[in-house]
Amino acid sequence: MNLLLIFISATVVNNFVLTYFLGICPFLGVTGRLKSAFGMGIATTFVMTLTGGITWIVYRLILVRFGVPFLEYVAYILVIASLVQIIEMFIRKTNPSLYRALGIYLPLITTNCAILGLALFATLRNYGFLQSLVYGFGAGVGFTFVMLIMAGIREELDLADIPKSFQGAAITLITAGLLALAFMGFSGLIYA
Amino acid sequence: MKTSWQLYGDLIKGLWRENPVFRQLLAMCPTLAVTTTALQGFTMGIAVVFVLILSGVVISSFRKLIPHQVRIATFTIIIAAFVTITDLILAATFPPMSKALGPYVPLIVVNCIILGRMEAFTSKHPVSRSFMDALGMGLGFTLTLVILGSIRELLSSGAVFGYQILTTQAAGGWFRPWVIMILPPGAFITLGILLGIINTFSRKS
Repeated sequence: MNLLLIFISATVVNNFVLTYFLGICPFLGVTGRLKSAFGMGIATTFVMTLTGGITWIVYRLILVRFGVPFLEYVAYILVIASLVQIIEMFIRKTNPSLYRALGIYLPLITTNCAILGLALFATLRNYGFLQSLVYGFGAGVGFTFVMLIMAGIREELDLADIPKSFQGAAITLITAGLLALAFMGFSGLIYA
Repeated sequence: MKTSWQLYGDLIKGLWRENPVFRQLLAMCPTLAVTTTALQGFTMGIAVVFVLILSGVVISSFRKLIPHQVRIATFTIIIAAFVTITDLILAATFPPMSKALGPYVPLIVVNCIILGRMEAFTSKHPVSRSFMDALGMGLGFTLTLVILGSIRELLSSGAVFGYQILTTQAAGGWFRPWVIMILPPGAFITLGILLGIINTFSRKS
């Protein structure tokens, strides 16, 4: 039950993009087309789930055990960077077509603040191992979900008659604001 | 004479012409997240200035020693070290502010402005120019955060930097606070409208 609540909370109620403002860069950059938004979402979900689990191991079993929790940030960014690198090599060997599809998005994930944010939030809330994994997966699903909605809206926006000054980032941000407003309706799903 | 002009140019370009948020659309996450009040935006801006300058000076001094293939990893570690220092200083001196900013201070590690400047400018220029560039970009970022924070604080509580400007209805005045401005949608919409206005002006000039 607890795990289900964490999942729902991370997916829609406290959506990473729309309530924590994490991962705005790919949100603005990659949502031009539905297909690339989906690729980015899947790659991010994958990395997020693994990050949730591995950073828990690193924090509990290495940093806390040896009394150096202040190295948290340096350790996390190293974990994320190497994780992305390993996943990139793995996908290139096993599934070349997926690799071509994700190609440019994979290295970008390292600097996606949603991933580091996930690790920090999971540590801050004292989640256990399984909870961290579920939290990572939920956050990834929520991210993909919002990326897809936004990409769908932007494909329609291309046909709309927008004042020149507001084209591009400006109208995307305003649309995101309205989307965030709609997502606030989900906050009734759980309490606290 | 020429070098001092150059240094001045490096400083001034970050404020407006190459403003990291309005012009380059970098570092959107902290811009949107911490600007519920002007003071929070200002603190965040100063933290970024601090990290930018220190990591800029270090990276620029070592730029010839860092191997090209592992430069990004090296930059990230240096930045992460300075972010840790900033976070600890902030937590020690201003505990309530540190609590309010929460995980957004450690998230400076992946702030695109910092890594972007290191890659695009600092790693190719001497210490003095890198210092000015870091200062300019950092101040430009702070300025943006303060503008956005002031607008949101004014509309959500009638105050700027804690000084009451509009009297709210609760205090017997006419102004009815806009709750939405403290919430996430307010951040997106304000920045979107601000960008649109800035585009209008810069297209005319």
